[in-house]
Amino acid sequence: MKRYILKRLLMIIPMLFGISFILFVVMHLAPGDPTSIKYGMNPEVSQSARANFDKMYWLNKPVLTQYVLWMKRFLTLDFGRSFIDGEPVLKKIMSRLPATLLLQIVSLLVIFALAIPIGVYGAFKKDSLFDRVSTAFVFIGYALPGFWLALILVFIFGFKLGWFPVSGMTPWYTEYLSVFGKIKDLLWHLVLPVTATAFGSLAALSRYTRSSMLEVKKENYVLAARAKGLTEKYITSRYILRNALLPIITIAGLTLPALISGSFIFETIFAWPGMGRLGYEAIMSYDYPMVMGTGVIAVGLTLFGILISDILYAAVDPRIRMDK
Amino acid sequence: MLKRDNAVNIFKRPLFALVVFFCVTSLFFCGDYVFAEGYVSRDAYVSTGAADARILIPIFADDSASSSICSLIYTGLVKVDKNLEIEGDLAERWEVSPDGLAITFFLRRDVRWHDGTPFTARDVKFTYETMLDPASGCPYVSSYSDINKIETPNEYTIKFHYKKPYAPALLKFGMGIIPSHMYSEAKNIRDEAVGKDPVGTGPYIFSEWKRAEYIALIANQDFYEHPPGIKRYIYKIVPDESVQFLELVSESSDAMNLTPYQYFYRSDTQRFKSKINKYSYLAHSYSYIGYNMKDPLFRDKRVRQALSYAINREKIIDAVLLGLGEECTGPFLKDTPFYDETAPGYDYDPAKAKALFKEAGWVDADRDGVLEKNGKKFSIRISTNQGARIREDVAVIVQDQWAKVGVKVRVQTVAWAAFLDAFVNKKNFQAVILGWTIPIDPDLFSVWHSDSIGENGLNFISYSNKKVDKLIVAGRREFDQEKRREIYRKIHNHLAEDAPYTFLFFPYALPAVNKRFKGIEPAPAGISYNFIDWYVPESEVKYKF
Repeated sequence: MKRYILKRLLMIIPMLFGISFILFVVMHLAPGDPTSIKYGMNPEVSQSARANFDKMYWLNKPVLTQYVLWMKRFLTLDFGRSFIDGEPVLKKIMSRLPATLLLQIVSLLVIFALAIPIGVYGAFKKDSLFDRVSTAFVFIGYALPGFWLALILVFIFGFKLGWFPVSGMTPWYTEYLSVFGKIKDLLWHLVLPVTATAFGSLAALSRYTRSSMLEVKKENYVLAARAKGLTEKYITSRYILRNALLPIITIAGLTLPALISGSFIFETIFAWPGMGRLGYEAIMSYDYPMVMGTGVIAVGLTLFGILISDILYAAVDPRIRMDK
Repeated sequence: MLKRDNAVNIFKRPLFALVVFFCVTSLFFCGDYVFAEGYVSRDAYVSTGAADARILIPIFADDSASSSICSLIYTGLVKVDKNLEIEGDLAERWEVSPDGLAITFFLRRDVRWHDGTPFTARDVKFTYETMLDPASGCPYVSSYSDINKIETPNEYTIKFHYKKPYAPALLKFGMGIIPSHMYSEAKNIRDEAVGKDPVGTGPYIFSEWKRAEYIALIANQDFYEHPPGIKRYIYKIVPDESVQFLELVSESSDAMNLTPYQYFYRSDTQRFKSKINKYSYLAHSYSYIGYNMKDPLFRDKRVRQALSYAINREKIIDAVLLGLGEECTGPFLKDTPFYDETAPGYDYDPAKAKALFKEAGWVDADRDGVLEKNGKKFSIRISTNQGARIREDVAVIVQDQWAKVGVKVRVQTVAWAAFLDAFVNKKNFQAVILGWTIPIDPDLFSVWHSDSIGENGLNFISYSNKKVDKLIVAGRREFDQEKRREIYRKIHNHLAEDAPYTFLFFPYALPAVNKRFKGIEPAPAGISYNFIDWYVPESEVKYKF
């Protein structure tokens, strides 16, 4: 097991190199340049200031040289400084990462807490009213564009009904709230973004759970267990559920990248101060060091998530254990 | 939510009621001036914007969010009043030497930095020397590059020597002054400023900056003019325009800039009208169609004039701005002395356009609805940037209007970054639809002088007129307001005659502010010029501290 984990960890390194290279090149191939975006149409900004900016950030050098320079610094964990405000990229990401992780982890918990019971129940009461309703709901959830759902949620529950805050994470008056008040306020602000983030994945995951359950139910060993005269409850929990949930672990590992890429959109709509919005704004303003920084961190998180799910999978499923 | 009924009453003084009484009575007896001795600022003003600030040091602030926050924290030597006239701020008065080569400012003696250090001429000298130092990377260096030498004869006097007279200089001295005692040791101020609370001389003191969430300021009770009416200024960052609107109407924010659509349709509800006031005034910007003068098609002045005559601006304003704008004929702000109302304006006249085309040799000989000359069809590609709805709409309307006089138009929209890089900077376009903001000083050098045609220059249409060049240079050297006025009015007429642009419109700025804020007086400068005079009557205070 240890060797397997080590091997997987080592595999991440060339992958990060490859992805960062592609990211860097694609970004530089896109027409447009950061200096024009920053100063392009400002009559008060002089040509010398533009040239100075180019020089400061090596923008006058060939792309490959820039990549090598970037890589050199990256190896010492120096992501450089943002073009936009001159702040260190790593510091900006670190200050924004907790908000994203909070949103993602709460969403993941919500997804699991709801998706698995819905899927399991649906499988057992196949073709019941609950199953039909939940199936319809799942298809709708899967088909709705996330950004649209987010705006509708804001409009109905934030604006029309006024139940939840329209946007943001911590309001400016938090300093005047008690500790309990702060926590309550944060939870209040979490409801709509979590709902929007979780909806799509919730639909997918409950669907997978349902079909996986139905498949396992047909297995011979379930039939054998029944023939042995075991109680239906025992069969469900020991024979069906355990085996049916195995593939769900893999899917859960793939949910993480989906959530991270979704955060680029949801964080912008909900004015959530997370990394996704940081990345989105960086892309829009051609802030190369920032795009690279958020890109590498997002890729790192994704690879890490997949690794965790693979390890978990190996841990729970004896058939694919890597040790001799 | 901190509503009036369950507000946390942190700020409570026995004298408070008395002060309030005094304020209210002074309101009744002395007109609209409520800021009597001992006034205590109250309530909070929450404005929303799409983008976070970038840096809270005015000499590096190159985006509108940073600039507007900086203007509350810092003050400059001069400022503009409600009518865009220049007046003293940190400087009580100033003298321009008869040859225009030296400007001396006499500073206020009663100003302290937010940390208590007295403000002196040393700070001013430090600020301008930093900007002039190429290593600092200040984007505005060209506005000051004619400065030769800076002298401080005493603590409260500062004298700038110029290589040659530079009339826009005075307005450029509105730049916020930064404290020398904070940064004079710094190797790189930009890096130093990160993680340090900004310290200024302005009406608001920096309090908190939660990146991507909000910037919070608190009233400077010792501000040298008078304490601001509103205690807390919050700039809340909400990237999505429609969410901003929902925040405003649900009263979690107090102000935003509306789009014409929101102004016209969305705000026509009882919920909106009962709580929010809308304002409109001419924004300091204009939209135009620019013709690439290097393109043989546009070399003939008559062709450009004809294209201008063929455009019905009134219809464009009605359609894309829902009427919330005014027609434009030149590059200066309307209702200022530099804008010549009598300059030729190309009122919609398709017959005249056709006649001019004919004079220039363009006729529709084969009667297919498109003009030809020497066997070539008259076809134009108009480019503009993607995502700018108003510009895209203008392009479509222009396409229709020009088709009526026999000009075929292809509209091309390109993402902003690529648009600048591949089309504008490389001068690889026929006609563009774009806009300019209008600086308060009328100097046009960077957009209209032929020296600005070079690579990345803002005169990307390559307009070159010796007479205009001469006038632009003369305008930069002339301090006499009356003479300057004549110079710029002449330029306006030359540009109108040459028609290198079809000037389209000045849009209105459409701010909306919660009704509890009083003292707002729209003027040519907008509404925020007198922000420190805004106040909330005691009975309507929403946030109590």
